[in-house]
Amino acid sequence: MTHALLEAADLRRHYKVRAGRGPFSAKATLRAVDGVSLKIEAGRTLGLVGESGCGKSTTGKLVLGLIPTTAGTVRYAGNDMPPAGSTAWRALRPRMQMVYQDPLGALDRRLPVGVQIMEPLAIHGQASLAERRERAAEVMTAVGLQRHQFDRYPHELSGGQRQRVVLARALMTEPDLLVCDEPISALDVSIQAQVVNLLLDLQERMGIAYLFISHDLRVVRQVSHEVAVMYLGRIVEQGEAESLFAQPAHPYTRALISAIPVLGPRRKRLLLQGDPPNPVDVPSGCAFHTRCPFAVAQCRAQTPVLRPLADGRQVACHRVDEPALQVAA
Amino acid sequence: MTVRDALPSPLPTSTLGTIARRVARLPFAVSLATLWLALMVVVALGADLLLPYSITAFDLKARLAPPILFGGTIAHPLGTDELGRDVFSRLIMSIRMSLLIALFGTLIATTLGTALGILAAHFRRYVETMILMAIDFQASMPFMIIALSVLAFFGNSLPLFIGLMGFHSWERYARITRGLTLAANEQGYASAVRQLGAGPGRIYGLHILPNIASTLIVSMTLTFPEIILLESGLSYLGLGVQPPLTSLGNMVGYGREYVTRAPWIMLAPATVIVLTTFSISLLGDWLRDKLDPTLR
Repeated sequence: MTHALLEAADLRRHYKVRAGRGPFSAKATLRAVDGVSLKIEAGRTLGLVGESGCGKSTTGKLVLGLIPTTAGTVRYAGNDMPPAGSTAWRALRPRMQMVYQDPLGALDRRLPVGVQIMEPLAIHGQASLAERRERAAEVMTAVGLQRHQFDRYPHELSGGQRQRVVLARALMTEPDLLVCDEPISALDVSIQAQVVNLLLDLQERMGIAYLFISHDLRVVRQVSHEVAVMYLGRIVEQGEAESLFAQPAHPYTRALISAIPVLGPRRKRLLLQGDPPNPVDVPSGCAFHTRCPFAVAQCRAQTPVLRPLADGRQVACHRVDEPALQVAA
Repeated sequence: MTVRDALPSPLPTSTLGTIARRVARLPFAVSLATLWLALMVVVALGADLLLPYSITAFDLKARLAPPILFGGTIAHPLGTDELGRDVFSRLIMSIRMSLLIALFGTLIATTLGTALGILAAHFRRYVETMILMAIDFQASMPFMIIALSVLAFFGNSLPLFIGLMGFHSWERYARITRGLTLAANEQGYASAVRQLGAGPGRIYGLHILPNIASTLIVSMTLTFPEIILLESGLSYLGLGVQPPLTSLGNMVGYGREYVTRAPWIMLAPATVIVLTTFSISLLGDWLRDKLDPTLR
């Protein structure tokens, strides 16, 4: 009996918000995540891409059990995720960790980074103090930090070094799963490459699975085995990274990928009009129909579900099989 | 506390020499303040050894004698009061009493307020509502009236009086702590540590509290003099420290009647109050900057 490392089924997270201004305005529901299912195998990387505010980070927090789900289940190694804060949930933390977008914010500026790197072991009562220090030194070397940086404070380090500290802290307990929430978007381009290479290297050596959340498609393409594209709280396309990037099927994916700058002659781009709709007031039918150049009447009326294509990819689009669409690409 | 213990290579063990070198590095005003407070602590601790006279000893031949530089004698360096009691001896005992009251009062207020503030921020909902109601109740009642009624009903004893002083301004700490803790809980470092699996004890004790401590410390340096003054007020009304015990406020209240004829009775304790509160404020300000590693 084998389970995927992490399986999330029909995850939903809704927030109650006020629709207008003032204390008496009507209440509305913000569907931050609305029916996301995903599966991560041990040692593999699932890239999660989408525009700002499409629910990527919320999905990341949901799969770690950091925030309660409105509906849906998360199963880790075949077992249901215990409620956040419970003893069972806390005992599970060493197995799964998070890497944050803003490393300075994720570190306590009053403690030397070495102490913070050792903290996961201290929290879970693993190892003696000497062993913790030794392990911290090992992990620091592994992520490319130097021993003398053990006593530094977060503000004394550069952005890339801070992200390495966050990464080192996450690796201390040798987790099976890392949720990387935009781990490189706050870094310089040169540092980005270092961190990405580091992540790939660590996966190779330690067999860690990643949920890699980003809006940087080139990086996602580089690190991911599989990619899921999110739009307004739903996955619109999911599949093997190479085939998805080579032949995007959903119009939204196509627009995203054609927006990647490339060298060479100008090519025809699929440009989207306007901003993503308000997630409180999601359009009827296919949420993307307001910006989709191929939308027809059916798209406004009926919500498409994820359907498998011939190559195993899953796409939520009514018109994906139509030849007209393929030509238009 | 294991993480604290893990701090690598502790500073070389403090000898007298290293202490002296550190003091020399302080800003001038801060070193003066430190010296003054050290003197106050020494006086408070060694009061029994320093007393030239008993504080209740009358010297009826030398009533209202002036201090040494104003025509007085070495027998009574700070003069005497109307009953011929030595002002210097009474000052020493008063310093001990006032520091005791202010120190424990401040500690009680800080501990109580911080604990309630953290509880409110942690549990939210009913707990928070109840604590906020208590805060508002306390803040809307003049503390003098509460103090008067408590002392009138329960009589006066030193432990009760110190406890009562501890109730002064706890609501300020509770408010500050609750607000700061709520803000800190939303910040990355707190959620990051929570995500690591840390329990509330570690999150609040090791991360949030040190991060908000600077504000609380500055607040303490405000409360400390306030309690000295409050104690003075109550003692003046006859509800504070009871004779034969004496305190700085008690002395000021008593000396007020002789301010034209024998101003030293009041000026001696008043000077000590001003210098001590000022030193504490200076030191607190400096300490706040020192406690923040990003400002080093």
